[in-house]
This record gives sequence, C-alpha cells and structure tokens, in this order.
Amino acid sequence: MHSSTAWLARPFRERATQLFLGILLAALATVTLLNLALPAGHPLHISTYTVTLLGKYLSYALLAVAVDLVWGYLGILSLGHGAFFALGGYAMGMYLMRQIGDRGTYGDPVLPDFMVFLDWDSLPWYWLGFDMAWFAFVMVLLAPGLLALVFGFLAFRSRVTGVYLSIITQALTFALMLAFFRNEMGFGGNNGLTDFKELLGFDLRSDATRLGLFLATGIALALGYVLCRAIVASKLGRVCVATRDAEARTRFLGYRVERFQLFVFVVSAMLAGVAGALYVPQVGIINPGEFSPIFSIEIVLWVALGGRATLYGAVIGAILVNYAKTVFTGVMPDAWLFALGGLFVLVTVLLPKGISGLLAYRLTPRRLQREPADPSSPHREAST
Amino acid sequence: MNLLHSLADRDRVFDFLVPATSPVDVRHGPILYLEDVTVSFDGFKAIDELNLTIDDGELRCIIGPNGAGKTTMMDIITGKTRPDRGSVWFGSRHDLLAMNEPQIASLGIGRKFQKPTVFEALTVFENLELAMAADKRILPTLTARLTGEFRDRIDEVLATIGLSELRQRPAGILSHGQKQWLEIGMLLMQRPRLLLVDEPVAGMTEQEMERTAELLTGLAGKGKQSVVVVEHDMGFVRSIARTVTVLHQGSVLAEGSMDQVSGDPRVVEVYLGVDPDEEAA
Repeated sequence: MHSSTAWLARPFRERATQLFLGILLAALATVTLLNLALPAGHPLHISTYTVTLLGKYLSYALLAVAVDLVWGYLGILSLGHGAFFALGGYAMGMYLMRQIGDRGTYGDPVLPDFMVFLDWDSLPWYWLGFDMAWFAFVMVLLAPGLLALVFGFLAFRSRVTGVYLSIITQALTFALMLAFFRNEMGFGGNNGLTDFKELLGFDLRSDATRLGLFLATGIALALGYVLCRAIVASKLGRVCVATRDAEARTRFLGYRVERFQLFVFVVSAMLAGVAGALYVPQVGIINPGEFSPIFSIEIVLWVALGGRATLYGAVIGAILVNYAKTVFTGVMPDAWLFALGGLFVLVTVLLPKGISGLLAYRLTPRRLQREPADPSSPHREAST
Repeated sequence: MNLLHSLADRDRVFDFLVPATSPVDVRHGPILYLEDVTVSFDGFKAIDELNLTIDDGELRCIIGPNGAGKTTMMDIITGKTRPDRGSVWFGSRHDLLAMNEPQIASLGIGRKFQKPTVFEALTVFENLELAMAADKRILPTLTARLTGEFRDRIDEVLATIGLSELRQRPAGILSHGQKQWLEIGMLLMQRPRLLLVDEPVAGMTEQEMERTAELLTGLAGKGKQSVVVVEHDMGFVRSIARTVTVLHQGSVLAEGSMDQVSGDPRVVEVYLGVDPDEEAA
C-alpha cells in the first residue's frame, strides 16, 4: 500500500467499522429485496414511499456524521451545519431546475418558472453552468466548502471557540435563511426550488429512480463514514482530540491548531453538502426553511442522543429521532417538539454518552470493563 | 573518474545534507551561559546582574525565596521575557536573545511547567506520539505512520519515565505524579539538550518524589540532557543536587554543593532562616 493512501485503508481493518458497514450494506440489500421481490400486497413489502423516507433518513445520517466529526472530535459545536446542508441542496436543486427545460408551467426553455414569474429576461450569472451535471456536482462540494473555508479562516484565526463560535454559526445560517427568502436573490425565494423532473435523465417519479437514490444515499453514507473514520483514526485525528481537550497545550507542541480546525471544518461542511444534494431529489423540494436555526440545533440533538465522538452514534441518533418524528407528527403533530425536548432531557440525565454509550457498555465483555485494555490492540496495525 | 562516481552515488549522504539534529556547540564547556543579565518591571529589578553557567550534562538545582527571580530567569532563557541588559548563550554558537520562543524551543530547550497538562482522552502512548519531533503540517500528520524507529523512540521514553505498563491506558487515569512524568516524557520526545523543570515534585507523595529524583538524575549526563530544576522542597533538592545555586533578589547569592550552600551564613540568613532539615519536613 502506498504510504500516502494507507490512512484511507485503515478503517477497513477496524472491527467496529466492518460491523457498521456490514449492517448498513445488509440493510440496503434487505430493503431493495423487500421492495422489488415482494408483491405490493405482501405484509413484508416495503413501498417506494417508505424507501424514499428511509433515503431521507440516510441523508440526515450523513449530515449527523459530518456534525459529529467537528463536534465530537474537534470540540467545535457548530449550530449552523444546516447552512452547508442547504447549500449542497440548492446546488443540486439548481441542476434539477435546469433539467426541467421547457416543461415548466411557462414553457421557457432556459428560465425556471419563478424567474419568468418575476419578469427576468435572462439567467443570473451564478446560474450559468448548472445545466451540466458535473458542474453542479462539483458545486455541491465547492459551495459549502468555500463558505466553511472563509468562515472558518476568520473564526479560527481570531481564536473564536466555544459558545461564541456556536453563536456565530447560528447567526451565519440565520443570515443565509433571510437572504434566501428574498426573491431578488434568484433562488426562488420563499418557495425555493421544486417541481423537479429528471436527474441525469432518470425520471424522478419512477420507482426505480427512487430506489436508486436510496441506494446512492446509503453508499454515500458508507463512504462518508469511512472517510471520517480514516481521519479520526489517523494521527491528525489524535491532534483533533488533543485540540478539543487542551488547545493551548497542542499549540505548544508545535501544531498549527487553527489550520487543523479549518481543514476538518471544511471536510465536514462538504460532507454536509453531499447529504443535502442527496436529500433534495428525494423530498422533491429545497427552500430556505433548511437554513432555519432550529434545524441546525436539531442536528446537534441527533448526535447528542446517539452519542458524541463515535460516528456510528450519530447515524443511530439521526435515524431514530427522525423515525420518531415521522411517527409522532403523524399521530399528534403539536406534541413533537415537546417529545424531542423530553427525549433530550431524558438521554442527558440517564445516558450521558448517548445510545452508543449504552451499546458500548453492553457489548464490552465484563472482563474489559475492569481490566486494562489489551496492550497490543490499538497500535498493532498502525505500522502496517 | 572515481570522484565523479562517488558524487553520483545515491547511497551516500553528504554531511551538509544531514539535518542538524543538535547544532549546539558545547566543545567549550557550558551549554548555557548567562552574563550580567538585568531585567526590571516598572523599576523593580527582578533580575539584577545575574551570572550563571550550566555545564553540558549537568543537573543543577536552583533555589531561592519567593520573588528571587527563578521564574523570570526561566522566562528569559525560553525567550518569553526580554532582558534589559546582558547576554544569554546556548552553547558557544547560539545567542538566545536574538531568537523567539519557537526558535529557542526547536533548538532543544524544553520547559516543563508546574501544572501538568496531558491529553487525558488519549493514551500514554498517543500523548508521546503527538509530542514526537515530526513534520507537524496537516497532510503529513494525516498520512503519518508509526515507523519502527519512532516506535522504538517511544518505547525508550516510556521505559525512562517508568510508564511502559500503562502505555495503552488513557492519560486521564494517571496519578498526579505519573502525569508529571508523562509530561517530562513528552519533552524528551522532542530530544531536548536542556530541560528546564519548574517545581516537579509539588503535590507528590514520598514514593513519587523518590522516583522523580531517580528520573531526573538519570536524564542528566554527557551526551544526554542538561537539567535545570527549580524547586522549593529542600529534602528533594538535597537528594538530587550535585550543585545548588541560591538566587536572592535577582542575583546569585551562593553556589556549591548542598552542604556548602546550607552552611553559608548569608544563605541561612536570607532563605533557609532556620535549619534546612526542618524546612524540608
């Protein structure tokens, strides 16, 4: 293995990562099978509606993993990751709008409906290029990445950390929400972007495309998870943990702490962007509501419920909370926020390490809970 | 022709290409040399014409009452404080007053502060790994792999500080004394030539103190490190010191073996005041 890529292969040798990937791939295969092989009336049949719902959960799970990377391992509590998610979503949405072509209500071959409605006669410059899939997909990474780079550069250079950083990330996503609400911004204002027809030539309303999007989201989650594990298990990951716990000491050892923070923050923002881009074609709409500060706080709650600094905890938290939200808002919609708040209080009091903390305790053999860890285990593979 | 061949030979490493791991020139004896150093804060002379010489491989203890200038002296050596007058040399080649803090640290002067700070969530091994002298930019850190050489170095330091058994335990579970040793180990990972150690045994148990005394005396030596210890505990100083320097009002009051120093009537008057053995109790 070449030395510059060996760090990427490291997670595949970890038992926990193998287990996670195994469960995820098995779940993807099972859902596919139950959706395709069983007739619609069968009790175990999974409808396409449910498949899309699960796909939405998986994109949330990827978003939660991105938040856990910066919060759990770097100690940066971002309350604005919804902004990166939404930017990735808008980049995808712009591509899908351009794919509509002349099939919109007004039939304009180039301009999306809302621009015709606003009497615009040409595309704004920032919409150029979004008719090409590759360009849009690059922007899915670049738009959130650039925002995180500029924002993080200013924040970390000035050594803004802790609660102050959390507050300005809230301000960031709130400011973007207000901006995107304006019609003059050219992103559809209040209504956002919707009425999508095709993605890469596949009809978005067909069952096969919906299953494909679900599978693509699952694979993106698997890849994002492996990337985060690789970062966390590298020496850079240990520098992150050191920064989280004793920033001044880490700086004293000769590490340029603000650069490490910026690097990981940008990676996390790009992952959030990918999650947003996979979310949009499945729910069929992107609007400024995704920038709302409440949504960004909710993401943090998923991670807290699942358990910080484990990555898989973030996945469990995101899926469980959103499943509960779907069920709850169906039964009694008004009570959902109370239920979420109550759940958060309960977990904080009873399970300070979240659901994953409980899992780790149950799965660890009794012997290891008391005895020192096997001295050869964590570093045995590090030199290979 | 032979000469040309030897120049083209890729196996050979020319002297000037070898990274200078230890550029300090100690052929003339001392590794640290302070001459007529004076520094004042708002008119108060914290250091007053201080002269101090530390030989290569020496273990030196510095004692003195509060306000004698011990910490200020450390600050001057590490570049944190600029003196008003005087000169400070590291070996006979490096003028420390012309350098900033990171440059001085990379020359091989390590300082251990009084309060230990280790990374509690990381293991003892990982704490040493992070402290290792290595390329500390982002990508080299991301792709870094532990080579056998680095692993040997960590093992060596683990053995020196007596924490080999605890290598895979999180540093958070260590006792206060063990954290102090780990911190000394983290300094050693950077292969320093001179160690400045500020009150290493404050808050330690009797056994931990003995162990620390062994550790510090073992570290000092020709070809190894020179060690300067600032300490209040007279019993501890007596157990490790070959040479003791007594600071008083920013300059050297007395210098010599512990017996010589504690017999000096001026020292007894200004610092020890009472019988030194009683002070230790």
